Amino acid sequence: MKYSKNFLKKLYQTMVRIRLCEESFVEPILNGEVRCPCHLYSGEEAIATGVCAALDEKDYVFGNHRSHGHYLARVGGMSELVAEIYGKETGCSRGRGGSMHLIAAERGMLGAAPIVAGTISLAVGAALASKIREDNRVTVSFFGDGAAGEGVLYESLNFASLKKLPIIFACENNLYSTHMPIRECRLKNNIFEIGKPFCIVSSKIDGNDVLKVYEAAKKAVEACRKGEGPVFLECMTYRFRGHVGADDNIQGTHTDIRPKEEIEKWLKKDPIKRFERFLLKTKILKGEDLINIKKEAEDEVSEAHAFAKNSPYPEKGELARYVYSE
Amino acid sequence: MSTVNRKLQYSLAINEALHQMMESDESVFLIGQGVKSPWYVGNTSQGLLQKFGTNRVIDTPVSENAITGAAVGAAIAGMRPVVVHPRMDFMLYAFDPIINEAANWHYMCGGKSTVPVVFWGIINRGGEQAAQHSQALHALFAHVPGLKVVMPSTAYDAKGLMIAAIRDDNPVIYIDDRWLYRHEDTVPEEVYEVEIGKGIIRRKGTDITLVAVSYMAYEAVKAAQELEKEGIDAEVIDLRSVKPLDKGLLLQSVKKTGRVVIADGGWKTCGVASETSALVSENGFEYLKAPIRRVTLPDVPAPASSQLEKHYYPTYQNIIDVVREIVS
Ligand SMILES: Cc1ncc(C[n+]2csc(CCOP(=O)(O)OP(=O)(O)O)c2C)c(N)n1
Ligand SMILES: [Mg+2]
Repeated sequence: MKYSKNFLKKLYQTMVRIRLCEESFVEPILNGEVRCPCHLYSGEEAIATGVCAALDEKDYVFGNHRSHGHYLARVGGMSELVAEIYGKETGCSRGRGGSMHLIAAERGMLGAAPIVAGTISLAVGAALASKIREDNRVTVSFFGDGAAGEGVLYESLNFASLKKLPIIFACENNLYSTHMPIRECRLKNNIFEIGKPFCIVSSKIDGNDVLKVYEAAKKAVEACRKGEGPVFLECMTYRFRGHVGADDNIQGTHTDIRPKEEIEKWLKKDPIKRFERFLLKTKILKGEDLINIKKEAEDEVSEAHAFAKNSPYPEKGELARYVYSE
Repeated sequence: MSTVNRKLQYSLAINEALHQMMESDESVFLIGQGVKSPWYVGNTSQGLLQKFGTNRVIDTPVSENAITGAAVGAAIAGMRPVVVHPRMDFMLYAFDPIINEAANWHYMCGGKSTVPVVFWGIINRGGEQAAQHSQALHALFAHVPGLKVVMPSTAYDAKGLMIAAIRDDNPVIYIDDRWLYRHEDTVPEEVYEVEIGKGIIRRKGTDITLVAVSYMAYEAVKAAQELEKEGIDAEVIDLRSVKPLDKGLLLQSVKKTGRVVIADGGWKTCGVASETSALVSENGFEYLKAPIRRVTLPDVPAPASSQLEKHYYPTYQNIIDVVREIVS
């Protein structure tokens, strides 16, 4: 086995933390306790987990509207995430940003924002800063298949390639951009090929296989550190819930038009269950280890919700605070 | 039921305008993100796809810059496109085709080419959606020569202004607000226009002029009703168009009341309220008995937290507070 038990356990823990945290929002969304729009990451955990496991602490990450997983994989505090979603002063963006604006700058999570493709060029800029400073950092830009519709992605690819910037373009292709299946957005489902005309090493990988993601990301990080970036990784995946909120994807619900059979097919490819099977088969972890890990994550999630609920809201008098840095 | 008094929802009034214009003019088409999804555009586009097909009702990839540019190009080539942005925030990717190209086109071509395109942007805010999913950017557009900017507050105007915008040979920014979608009022079934550049008096009064636009026009009427109880008789003007502004109507009213409060759902600095205020003081200074006051958003991005949101969006109460300060 190439990997230590500890490392594999950590990957599993991270995926479980993300899943349980995401699913913990379903109830509060449905009962109105959480009003902030949440784009849940359930089903896509292997990507954030695998990619972030390949990064060093000093590296940078930018996210998008669906970034709870990116934030948690980058070891942002769960309590601060949940508090942010509840609009509390103790949230990672002090309740000003909500679910779509997550930051843990001290962990290299430089920010997330929901304008589609909006943070891609920012990630290019962070990589540019690294190049100028020769600090050997790598930047990851996480974005969805929908972002491949925006021109700024292509401009970013060209510039990053021209300047050989240490950046990984991590495209999470979950086959949908809100209500639009990918076939209605592009003739071929081949997003990774857009890197090629810019001479960017580009590949398509199984985004529900955490080890495959990790291996591809590891190679990409090494290339970037050697000055052979950028790298484009298209990670194929599927979201288990609707575009936004707790939506369960049944045909006809408000954001989704996804066929039931397709959903069922992908539920069978659940990245966590797949990794569990691997861990058990290779005897790296025992059934009871898995249960303990889940239990720990459940406790962490409950504590995070308790922390969030007991936290104060921002003060009314501080509405205009943080417009400018003072 | 008499068709004269037919009630219709604001969003369905937009829908009816689109149906009627697409039916009567083959050069009209609708393009933009989410035109086939109620999640994006409410029921404003209902039935259009079924009736006019995918050639004229075009849902698009997330490509605001190119899609908006394509609408501008189609307009130059003789079509009358309506390009929708389900949130104004997303229009920022399309500033180049809107401002550099469409707004300037007629002028820089010496009047030899027109751009009859409607840029339809929806204000969609509240609900803890935060800074990038809440913006009301009408003032940015109003700043630009060559663009007209309309903001209906009633279902009647929503239909009439959409028709006028589509028929106008110039690029028109049509801005509606999701908070108004369920409002209902009387909407004639026939095709009619509300003239761009004409405001309307929503309530007659003599003590003070409340000028408002879009959603804030409702708040201004509510404020006027409350103020009546205190013996303050407010006139309410709904601008309907923020560019051009209805100078004549404004000055007539100020001449009578001598006091002005302007309510706008955009930011304060360089906003519609600033422009309206400048226009009144430049042209009607001699009528003024008190300083002109503005009720707007603070110069702050939209916060996520509901506790901050509550204090962020101005309401009729803010208008009343300001009125009390200047009518004593
Ligand atoms: C510029 C812009 N246009 C439109 C939207 C509305 N929108 C929000 S998420 C989304 C789709 C994103 O799809 P994708 O990038 O594949 O990410 P996913 O939600 O599938 O993770 C769209 C179009 C937006 N946020 N920003
Ligand atoms: Mg997607």
